[in-house]
Amino acid sequence: MPTREQLLWMYERLTLIREFEERLKWLVETGVPVGAVHYYTGQEACAVGVCAALQPSDWIASTHRGHGHCIAKGVEVHRMMAELYGKSTGSNRGKGGSMHITDARVGMLGVNPIVGMGATHAVGAALSAKVRKTQQVAASFFGEGAAGIGAVHEAMNLAAIWKLPVLFVCENNGYAQSTPVEYALSVPHIADRAAAYSMPGVTVDGQDVMAVWEAAVAAVERARAGQGPSLIECITYRYYGHHQGDDTHRYRTKEEEEVARGRDCIRTFREHLLELGAAQQQELDAIDAVNRKKMDEAVAFAESSPLPKPADLFTDVYVADPDGERE
Amino acid sequence: MNTAAVRELSFGQAINEAIRQEMRRDPTIVVLGEDVAGGAGRAHLGLVDAWGGPLRATRGLITEFGPERILDTPIAEMGFLGAGVGAAMSGLRPIVEIMFVDLIGCCYDQIMNQAAKMHYMMGGQVDLPLVIRTAYGTRGGDNRTYGGGAGAQHSQTLYAVLAHIPGLKVVVPSTAYNAKGLTIAAIRDNGPVIVLEHKFLGLRAKGPVPEEAYTVPIGRAQIIRKGRDVTLCGIGRMTHICSEAAESLLGEGIDAEVVDVLTLSPLDEDTILESVSRTHRLVVVDEDTPTASMARDIAARVADKGFDNLDAPIKTVTAPDTPVPFAAVLEALYTPGVAQVVSAVHSLFGTGA
Repeated sequence: MPTREQLLWMYERLTLIREFEERLKWLVETGVPVGAVHYYTGQEACAVGVCAALQPSDWIASTHRGHGHCIAKGVEVHRMMAELYGKSTGSNRGKGGSMHITDARVGMLGVNPIVGMGATHAVGAALSAKVRKTQQVAASFFGEGAAGIGAVHEAMNLAAIWKLPVLFVCENNGYAQSTPVEYALSVPHIADRAAAYSMPGVTVDGQDVMAVWEAAVAAVERARAGQGPSLIECITYRYYGHHQGDDTHRYRTKEEEEVARGRDCIRTFREHLLELGAAQQQELDAIDAVNRKKMDEAVAFAESSPLPKPADLFTDVYVADPDGERE
Repeated sequence: MNTAAVRELSFGQAINEAIRQEMRRDPTIVVLGEDVAGGAGRAHLGLVDAWGGPLRATRGLITEFGPERILDTPIAEMGFLGAGVGAAMSGLRPIVEIMFVDLIGCCYDQIMNQAAKMHYMMGGQVDLPLVIRTAYGTRGGDNRTYGGGAGAQHSQTLYAVLAHIPGLKVVVPSTAYNAKGLTIAAIRDNGPVIVLEHKFLGLRAKGPVPEEAYTVPIGRAQIIRKGRDVTLCGIGRMTHICSEAAESLLGEGIDAEVVDVLTLSPLDEDTILESVSRTHRLVVVDEDTPTASMARDIAARVADKGFDNLDAPIKTVTAPDTPVPFAAVLEALYTPGVAQVVSAVHSLFGTGA
């Protein structure tokens, strides 16, 4: 059972992710040019449940739908928002955008829109932890669409044969862009694939942050004990389209969407906290209010930040050489 | 100062020594690749170090550094190169071997979308100290009893598709000396560097190599033979072809200068332009196919920035726009040789057959 402090942290992160995406959606719809974005709304329990089981020094590698992973791992929302605005104060100095948000200081190795590649990078980070004997673990988030790509399978095999401390976290939201999972997957559950790599595989309710957290805690324990990787499949649902311009009703029904929204991870967790007596209504309302204020400030920060300078086009093409000289 | 003759090493031995010396110096260096040691996991049978890569450049490393740092991988270029990228972002300095450059199709995303762009698209916050070593090239017209004859998918010179990607440094050593120095420079670089090692340099590349660690700077070409009449610009094995052509041309009174390009990206334009400003003629010799190639890139840059110094059109000597053929007679025809370089020079002077 998480501590009360952990429970409140989970609530705060879940709602901050929701607030971030809702604010972003509003900005997009009012014509603010924030580039291509993929809303995480609906899937918040997956990122938060896993990151609640990690330490700040642990690593995560993300997908194209990465805002939630960033916030769950501790990337500051004002730096994320400034990045989306293409400002020099952004997490990537305006050189990355939504699909490349990175903050190595908090163990966030990158939002990565080349599907499945993050899994190989998480394996590399885990290899680094093993060689340097640091006890860190790495979590790889990927979608059920990525379960079809070879890189993910190569990553799983490497992690298994080298017994690397990796969590493979599959967020099965049912759709790879518009392709339904039942069409594209050869097995009933992605977790079934774990057997092929001699690792434990579990399927959990990805709308239940407690269920995700429990599975992640077990996988992290196993990883830190040197017993190798685990696969966690989280059954979840994205509320909006694949990206900001996608009309979901061309490939899924309104009825299906209503059923999914009926199991909203934030509402159910809030009810759970109140039933448990872990928090009072006012306390949770206060967290909501702080998050709204944080997002007001994040947008104001992004809007008032300076644009990159023309010379920035040419910086950081190469890494500074050993003498500290830049190109 | 030790005045004794410097010992001679082969190309592969020089690279092996570079990696070994750097691994002793820096415990974060690891080697990953298929059969970089070979026979993985058979130490209990007294079997270690079965292979060591196509040039044997990693042979013997496992006995000194162990399987924790010399990591034989399954056949999974996308996976283990990606692991190299992730490890480079998180505290290691991996040297990843892609056995042959022909195999980059299996891991190109890790090279061109991941390694090359990480530092830039992450706003400079992440270093990527990654070395990718890979073997390239045909057996050419050399009479060989072993090796070569590997056909269209194991003989290519695919460096233009690497040099094209901003953010990658691409080096092509030509001798044991510069192979050791460029490999050490690549390992010490904090960004991704690809080292292309010709499979069949053989005796041409064998030569004196200092025992101590040293670097050959990335991004600098080298004038390896001074001449007045024409600049022959060579890459990797072709540098030797240029030198042999220069020797032949001297017999007929043409004094050729030879530039060893050494780094394809970032290209040392200045050295090439300076040479052409003195010789007023340029022949670029490249083992790669010509369309969208380094040969034509170098020619275009010199045409753009050195046109006033040219007394004749720039010539390129390259492989043809065909796959690499298998039959030895065709492979020899495919690979640029001394005769073609001499003929190209003749065309600049209006002499010869």
